[in-house]
Amino acid sequence: MTAPESGYNFAYLDESTKRMIRRAILKGVAIPGHQVPFGSREMPLPYGWGTGGIQVTASILGPADVLKVIDQGADDTTNAVSIRAFFRRVAGVATTERTAEATVIQTRHRIPERPLTENQILVYQVPMPEPLFRLEARVAETRRMHALADYGLMHVRLYEDVARHGRIATSYNYPVMVNGRYLMSPSPIPAFDNPKMHRMPALQLFGAGREKRIYAVPPWTEVRSLDFDDHPFRPIRAPQSCALCGSQESYLDEVLTDDRGGRIFVCSDTDWCAERQAAREAAE
Amino acid sequence: MDTRFPGFADPVLDAQATFRAVLEAMSRPGRVQRIAPPPEAPPGLSPAAAAVLLTLVDAATPLRLTAGPEAEAWVRFHCGCPLLRDGAAFVLDPAARLLDLDPGTDEEPERGATLILEVASLQESPGWRLTGPGIRDAHDLRVEGAPAGFVAEWSASRARFPRGVDVILCAGARIAALPRSVAIEDG
Repeated sequence: MTAPESGYNFAYLDESTKRMIRRAILKGVAIPGHQVPFGSREMPLPYGWGTGGIQVTASILGPADVLKVIDQGADDTTNAVSIRAFFRRVAGVATTERTAEATVIQTRHRIPERPLTENQILVYQVPMPEPLFRLEARVAETRRMHALADYGLMHVRLYEDVARHGRIATSYNYPVMVNGRYLMSPSPIPAFDNPKMHRMPALQLFGAGREKRIYAVPPWTEVRSLDFDDHPFRPIRAPQSCALCGSQESYLDEVLTDDRGGRIFVCSDTDWCAERQAAREAAE
Repeated sequence: MDTRFPGFADPVLDAQATFRAVLEAMSRPGRVQRIAPPPEAPPGLSPAAAAVLLTLVDAATPLRLTAGPEAEAWVRFHCGCPLLRDGAAFVLDPAARLLDLDPGTDEEPERGATLILEVASLQESPGWRLTGPGIRDAHDLRVEGAPAGFVAEWSASRARFPRGVDVILCAGARIAALPRSVAIEDG
């Protein structure tokens, strides 16, 4: 554990901001899937870089926590590296790239492949918390639709997908129903990850900094991807196996290797991939 | 407006530890959490209730409190919250009835009040059977000293979901929580 930067409160935010965010988180947990407004603060990085997730993480983090940050599954991309460095500096917490060692995992657009446990909290960075915003731009109207659980519009959108493409053509940010009551944006995770949210042992918290909303899914809560009886939800995955670890079940990124059409598929979850490669080397 | 009773020994880290206990309690209804209490709670407040107030209540959250003048002076000094009777965001009053507290609105259910309820003891053993979000199958919670008729009132309150009142149960230095989404069966 490194010494935290002096001149800042523990975990950067002041105590009254943390109390406000903590109250919002508790109400979010009590009303699964409901978006709770909060007074989002300016952070030392711009909106769109995970300020919502960072504020949630800053409000829950303690000195005993071990923090992991991923960006599209990877621990080593700019966003993940700088957020980890930020919390090392302002909170002095230990950080890790290993999913199993982390107590708090902040994520941008992926859920780790390794199943999470009851001792972990998953914090999502959310760009647009309102699942209905492309269908209804007026916030007053979407709020009313949530109050009445009136989600017909979203079913019509999925139906139009079926009519046009013969299947539901949404591959990420696929809308879910939480505890049978609230329509919720899972943040732009691939639809492949949606089933992992269902009855997850870990607590899931969502922070949208620019849109100033916090919401939550408590552990073991029902999370269903919207679908139709004759067009059931199907998580989409590239049919290849990972070029590095050979995984046939993980979510894959397509990587171009040259300018003549060469391409490989590799695991999006870098920790999962590295662990599998290490295990394979150890076995050889 | 003076009080001789202290707040947290370490206001930042003790509040964080207490919040995590409350978050864990709210996320897993019926699981009993132990909190790190302030060195000395004022008369009329359990160590757990005092810690919860220090952690969550401030000038932005009106509090309804009937725990005596010592406790009132203590929260005024340490939390700086307005004290009032109607429309409070946090309620610590054994006479408060679930159905009389502010449940929020269907559009803004997060405005529903949080009731802090002092009870005699909390145990993870058969008594109430809790089901709902946060619970894998069912959790047993034994509560001694809950108000008479609480379970029936809870069912009536829960029928208003998403409107409703969330409860934090405090006994000594232990807490458990009942988010409005949880179902309670007696026996």
